[in-house]
Amino acid sequence: MRLAGRFGGAALSLLMVAVLGFFLFRVVPGDPVVSMTRGRPSTEALQAELRAQFGLDRPLHEQFWSYLTSLLHGDLGTSFTFRRPVAEVILERLGPTLLLVGTSTLIAVLLGLWLGVRAAWRRDSAFDRVTTGVSLTLWAVPTFWLGMLLMVVTGDLFPSRGMRDTDTAPDFVSQALDVGHHLVLPSITLVAVVCAEYVLVMRSSLLQEMHAPYLTTARAKGLRDDLVRTRHAVPNAVLPAITLVFLRFGLVVAGAITTETVFSWPGLGLLFYDALTGPDYFLLQGLLVVTAGAVVVMNLLADLLHGVLDPRVRVG
Amino acid sequence: MSVVSRPGVARLLSHRAGVAGAAVLVAAGVLAALAPLFISDETLDVTRVTAAAWQGPGADHWLGTDHAGRSVALLMAQGAGTSLLVGLSAAVLAVGIGTLVGVLSGHFGGWLAGALLRVTDFFLVLPALVLAIALSTVLPRGLGTIVLAIGLTSWPSTARMVRAQTLAIEARPFVERARALGGGHAHVIGRHVLPSVVPLVLVNTTLAVASAIVAESTLAFLGLGDPTRISWGALLHQAQLHGAVPQRAWWYLLPPGLAIVAVVLAFTLVGRALEAVVTPKR
Repeated sequence: MRLAGRFGGAALSLLMVAVLGFFLFRVVPGDPVVSMTRGRPSTEALQAELRAQFGLDRPLHEQFWSYLTSLLHGDLGTSFTFRRPVAEVILERLGPTLLLVGTSTLIAVLLGLWLGVRAAWRRDSAFDRVTTGVSLTLWAVPTFWLGMLLMVVTGDLFPSRGMRDTDTAPDFVSQALDVGHHLVLPSITLVAVVCAEYVLVMRSSLLQEMHAPYLTTARAKGLRDDLVRTRHAVPNAVLPAITLVFLRFGLVVAGAITTETVFSWPGLGLLFYDALTGPDYFLLQGLLVVTAGAVVVMNLLADLLHGVLDPRVRVG
Repeated sequence: MSVVSRPGVARLLSHRAGVAGAAVLVAAGVLAALAPLFISDETLDVTRVTAAAWQGPGADHWLGTDHAGRSVALLMAQGAGTSLLVGLSAAVLAVGIGTLVGVLSGHFGGWLAGALLRVTDFFLVLPALVLAIALSTVLPRGLGTIVLAIGLTSWPSTARMVRAQTLAIEARPFVERARALGGGHAHVIGRHVLPSVVPLVLVNTTLAVASAIVAESTLAFLGLGDPTRISWGALLHQAQLHGAVPQRAWWYLLPPGLAIVAVVLAFTLVGRALEAVVTPKR
């Protein structure tokens, strides 16, 4: 019953995402064609043709219905600037983003949880103060600014544009090394910003467990401090932290947009930037639906995972 | 390691950080208020400046000049006002919506609470920045649009907290007594719920300003800001656009970013200090 409720809730959220996408890009702007052709030479006839081509001359409820049914078939419409299906354009850019976001999230989670545990276990120690202070400061740092600073500071040490050089040898090893070389600065930027959040989450999660009776029992058994931490406290505290990592997935998405823009990383974030400078409403709509949909799905996963890992939630 | 003194020391420390944060905010506020008095439009007009572009810090321009020869120090002072104004207005809007939704969904049960809770949870998980970008793309560029875009996308966490506080306070016996004596919705909300929610709302507003300023700088950096106004984020947008990174113009890149970090950190520290004061220790 609980499971069905979760799936139902996620399905409703996905529907709301779709409605939001339609409302934002078809209802709010009035006539999208006028906004999208602003600043470019265009005639009344051309605009009318564009309207017909993108189906904007039909009544709003008809547009909504055809938008919804094509969405269910995986059709996100046609991009105004690329003149190709939005789904196709998005799919092309998915790889680089998954590489950047995947690498950064993995490093940020491991580093953040480790630092958070250390800081909480020795609360108010010098280590705790420094870690918390640095995390709070990093939380205040705009992602894009950190990226720009890194570029200026490292100079020519790392490439700062794109994902690979054109003159790299075509064999797998040199290609992989080249991409890895390009990946350094963007992933440091993303890790720094996301990690700060994870440190603070893990720290407060472990602090809540610190005075639990079962820890007193563990200590009374004569366990060493390290074992009390790794065997008893951390397994309990890490659950809410992991759930929060999934819940804050939107944070990673936001970070990816600015990081990719600064480093010209050819992923979804840069596509987002290109779409908003156009502006290409159809592409933006597709990107909004896909990213928001991904966040909803991640949340459902977090919920399910939490249920599997934590028996207390399963029973309740 | 005495058990009694440790929380005392920690609390004092958090207050000291809060005091330092407040001092930074007062300084930034004074700078923003005074900037229009000593900066004339000519000094920041790209077509009328005479100084050379890309000058490093020196006696004439102690923070150097930008791509057009304008003084970075004056640009910084001019930008303070916009950044603070947008941050404050967006935070007030967000916390206002959050408080309204939270009190309504906490006080009234039934379908209204269910629907409001559903909408709150929906917006809570969506990436706020993506929504803010979408909103500022479709609306005409301007200060109002940025405030609206940030305010309309960052209210859900406040709504959740205010709702929890409303539920907690309405379960207390004195509210039951007020109801039994004939107090209506307006009486219970106005006399009991709202006063108990105020400290929480204050803390939330302070913390919301911090994230609103970061959000403003990000939107401005992406070129979605008010084109007629200078803000710290807009300065970084200009810096990126005109190649401050390849020029290694650190004097152009450092000040706006450092100012954002300082003010955001200050709001966060003040918010945390307030939080420590208003929420009783368990």
